[in-house]
Formats: sequence, structure tokens, C-alpha cells
Amino acid sequence: MSGRLRIGAQAASVALVAALLGLLIWKIAQGESEVTSELRSGGTPAAPAFRLERLNGEGELALDSLRGRTIVINFWASYCGPCKEETPLLQQASKRWQGKGVVFLGVDVQDVRGDARSFLARYGVTYPNVYDGKGSTVGRYGVTGYPETYFVDAAGKVRYRIAGAVQDAAEIDDGIKRALAPA
Amino acid sequence: MRLVAVVLLAVALAGPAVASESKPTSAEVESEVVCPVCDTTLDTSDSPAARRLKVYIRARIAAGDTKSEIKAKLVDQFGPTILAVPPRKGFDLVAWLLPLAGLAVGVAAVGALAWRWSRGKGDEPPSGRTPGPLDPALERRLDDELARFE
Repeated sequence: MSGRLRIGAQAASVALVAALLGLLIWKIAQGESEVTSELRSGGTPAAPAFRLERLNGEGELALDSLRGRTIVINFWASYCGPCKEETPLLQQASKRWQGKGVVFLGVDVQDVRGDARSFLARYGVTYPNVYDGKGSTVGRYGVTGYPETYFVDAAGKVRYRIAGAVQDAAEIDDGIKRALAPA
Repeated sequence: MRLVAVVLLAVALAGPAVASESKPTSAEVESEVVCPVCDTTLDTSDSPAARRLKVYIRARIAAGDTKSEIKAKLVDQFGPTILAVPPRKGFDLVAWLLPLAGLAVGVAAVGALAWRWSRGKGDEPPSGRTPGPLDPALERRLDDELARFE
């Protein structure tokens, strides 16, 4: 093999290894979302924007359209057991906080659309819910399992997060009060 | 005669493929669909999400959907990553072509090296230098040495 050919092959090999290494680092970095890492360090990260199809209503709903209000974002799926237990609590809380500048928003993730609609009907959910079958919000919010609830303040910053099912009304109210508190 | 055999073989192989498309079994579809939360195929997962999707697939089969229709409905809801095997179109085609391209490059590289090696072996001396005439003194000495063995 001539020297030039050998150097070319070596350069190509090094470039390939570097590209694979870069891909690995990128993949690892994707695993930890900025939202969860900032929350953990006491920060208030911006809630990642999304625009998704409504499940109980027509058209799409953009998170930005709710700016100026405190938003309780609940990530759920119809096949998730704890979601069934906490949904009545969320529905009751949404009624309790109605007209007080607080909006509840459900995000059904990686679920069968028909199942999600049946779930909402079964539990009498009236607050807006959107459908994220592809799970596009999961990585950006750092959702590690269902359900998870994020409390976003009027400026669009995530102030608090509950991983797992909310246990009672007081826990929801506590999250809302944190989001309502001055930054 | 040979043509008839080829046609018969093609018909024999096409039958199951058509049946698989129009009347798929749940096991077939489950092996070609990925559980969205555990990233393994449905047939190897027992997570709640996988169990729910299995029920959905069985319901679609019972409703008379073809395999393509079931997959299309799943892709519509979960996106193309729900399929274990990427479709042969658009950007996903890269997943099919890249291994073939890699194989072609590998075969070409091995072929080129083998060709160079086989060509160089006959033409070039091991040292890589052309041998010159022997020194007359050394040649005389070599003749003397060889004469001793005659």
C-alpha cells in the first residue's frame, strides 16, 4: 500500500472513531434534560415549548398560549396504574383552582389515542389534555416515568416537579403555591 | 422444465407472504413493533405499555386490518420509531443502504489489496531492490565452493 493511501485510510479511520465518539457523547447528553438538572441544582429552567393535538377538544394547543398563568403540567398514560389513582385528585384540584390564574394541562404520552380519550371520559377529566404519542416532550422535560407533574409559573419557568403520582390534594396545592410565589 | 420449477417455487414462497400481509398473526406483528417505553420489540416485553399495544394489535387483527394497515396506524400515533425495522423510503433508506455501501467498500478494499499483493509478489524481489551482478571475486569463490560438492 502506498504511503499516501495508508495515511488516507488512517485519517478516515480516526474520523470515523471521532464521529462515533461524538454520537455517544451526544446520546449521553440527551439522557439528562436541562429541566431536571437545573431543578436539581435549585434553578428555575424555562418550560420547553410544545404544540400538540388536543385530546378533549379540537385542534392543537401550544404551551405558549397559556403564558401569564400558573400551569400544572401532568404527564400520564392510560396504561399507567398510578395515573388512574392521581387523576381524580388532579381533576378536583383543577376545579378548586379554577378562576385563580391556575391552569391544569394533561400530556398523554406514548399511548394509544383511543385509550387516552376513554381514560379522560372514564375519569371525567375536563381540563385540557394534549396527545404526545411520539413522546417528543419526554426527553426535553426529563420525564423518567409516568406520571410526573411539573409546576410552571406565569413567566414560563418550571418551579417544582413531582416524580410519580401525587399523593393528596395538599401536595398539589403545595406545588401550585411554589409556582405562585415570587421568584 | 427449470423455468416451471422456478415459477412453482416463487408461487410457493409468495403464498405465505401474501397471507402474512392480509391475515397477520399477533406474534408476527409483535415481533416487528417496538414497545415505546422500553425500546425492545413487543414480543420480548411485558411492560404495561407493551401489554396495552398487544391488546390493540389483536383488536386490529380481529377487525380485519392488514399488517400494513396496523403498522400505519401505529406509526400515525407513535411515529416511525415504533417500527423495529425502518421503512425503505426517505431518510430511513440510509439504514438499509449504509451497511450495503460499507460491505461494497470492504470488498473493494480487500480486492484491491489482494490484487496489489499478488501482482507485487511476482515482480518485485523481497528486498524491494533489483539485484546487481555479483562481484567477480565472490563469484569465483562461489564456484569453488560448489565444485567441492560435485
